[in-house]
Amino acid sequence: MKLDLLSSLYVFMLAAFIGFEVIRRVSPLLHTPLMSLTNALDAIAVVGAIILAGEHKTTLATILGTIAIVSATSNIVGGFIITDRMLKMFKSSGARKA
Amino acid sequence: MSPFAASDVLIEVAYFIATALFILSLKWMSSPTTARRGVLAGEAGMALAIVGTLLHRGIVEYRWVVIALVLGTVIGIPLGRVAMTAVPQRTALSHAFGALCVTLVGTAEFYLRAPNVPKFLMAVLSMEVILGSLTLTGSLMAAGKLQEVLPQRPITYKGQNFVNLSLLAIAVIVAVLLVLDPSRTHLYPLIVVIPLVFGVMMIIPIGGADMPTVISLLNSYAGLSAAAMGFVLDSKLLIVAGALDGASGFILSVNMSKAMNRSFTNVLFGAFGQEQTAAAGKEEARPVRSATAEESAAILAAANKVVIVPGYGMAVSQAQHKVRELYDALTKRGVDVKFGIHPVAGRMPGHMNVLLAEADIPYDKLLDMDEINGDFPQTDVALIIGANDVTNPAARTDPSSPIYGMPILDVDKARTVMVIKRGMAAGFAGIENPLYYLDRTLMLFGDAKGFVGNIVRELSGSSHS
Repeated sequence: MKLDLLSSLYVFMLAAFIGFEVIRRVSPLLHTPLMSLTNALDAIAVVGAIILAGEHKTTLATILGTIAIVSATSNIVGGFIITDRMLKMFKSSGARKA
Repeated sequence: MSPFAASDVLIEVAYFIATALFILSLKWMSSPTTARRGVLAGEAGMALAIVGTLLHRGIVEYRWVVIALVLGTVIGIPLGRVAMTAVPQRTALSHAFGALCVTLVGTAEFYLRAPNVPKFLMAVLSMEVILGSLTLTGSLMAAGKLQEVLPQRPITYKGQNFVNLSLLAIAVIVAVLLVLDPSRTHLYPLIVVIPLVFGVMMIIPIGGADMPTVISLLNSYAGLSAAAMGFVLDSKLLIVAGALDGASGFILSVNMSKAMNRSFTNVLFGAFGQEQTAAAGKEEARPVRSATAEESAAILAAANKVVIVPGYGMAVSQAQHKVRELYDALTKRGVDVKFGIHPVAGRMPGHMNVLLAEADIPYDKLLDMDEINGDFPQTDVALIIGANDVTNPAARTDPSSPIYGMPILDVDKARTVMVIKRGMAAGFAGIENPLYYLDRTLMLFGDAKGFVGNIVRELSGSSHS
């Protein structure tokens, strides 16, 4: 248990550093799609909700888990769709003339 | 046991690959040429993780899971198809959805485990739920203000910061009590309800111009609460995704604060409304030079280099497609047209770029403040459409101005400055802009869309003659 916690903290720290390094390089041009993409990725919380609703341990947990799946799934679907729609619009001068 | 172990390994492998795909996804976002691949990587990672989770042997009941997944998809599709001008409020709304999910899962986990919750688990669970709840209502408030169903003006009152900080302090104290003794389950609702109230109170004093910072900050909170949920569920995948999202929101908030020369605390605890009273008062009727669409068209047609500076006003007036026509008309005449974009132009980071890209303006013509500022001295015309404070030279020259020190677009260094504006009213922050009274400045009074349309008509009319 204690070791699990420690390795989780390591994972968090490393992921935060990777996040800073990777996202610092994102052009300001794409900051809006970046936010909608991270939002969709963040909805990976759905895995916790699925287990909660599927394990069916208590009625409360099932209800809360089910609502949680709905809200996370709408973020996943909506987030990926809009990010791709936005990115499709970004064309360079060359591409536009062609 | 052995038949199940195989599926366990499979799930772990799926999560592992999904984590790598998420990191790649963000890495590919660094350039417009690879960004769409980034979305694909994200989608693949997400699909893998969800399929992997469905194999989880603890799941005994699939009915509700499937219904919820379908329902979420049905809600998500229209949310992915909103107009580009509505992207800021859609983003705020999706932060609220993410926070709702995290808060609900945290709550369910608490009641499943109480009263035997280990101290550390209770601490991260409290963090998850507090951040989740305040992000939920805060984001809903932000979305309401952006959608203009709520008043956009900041609402301030005496002792506001004291009230807000006290609320947060009480929530933290309750959380500490719960960590010390998790069997005090009757206290749990407080760490949901108090942050819910705090979220509302936090956004009340925030005005439209501060929205880019606030949306980024809420993005960061949503990420951190998801990471905390990862600790609670011992899911490395969730910890990584949350940390990436938290880092992204944090970087964007720092960018936005820097671009406004304000600290985080200043954005959250000092609504602009309180500061502007000092600047007002010295109002005097100074003469300005104005020009018609015909005159503006002639000046633009004679220019070699034009920089267009768009602001939120362009989005409000839906002028971006007319701006594209202007860009085309001028480019055809051999005029070099670029766009200068301030980091806080619009209502969220990168908002202007998306609107201009939608209008089919090539992204290599959209330049960041730092990239374009060196160009203004060689620019013949700087055309400002619906932007105000981000072009205010008082930020460089007048230490008494509330925006003094804020990095601005140096439009006043261009040979001619044209400002399309409805009237002489001060901008969102209520700060007077000395730019308008310069000799080189021409005020083009009118609606952005209408005026740009008239210029385009003049340009095409004269080319036929």
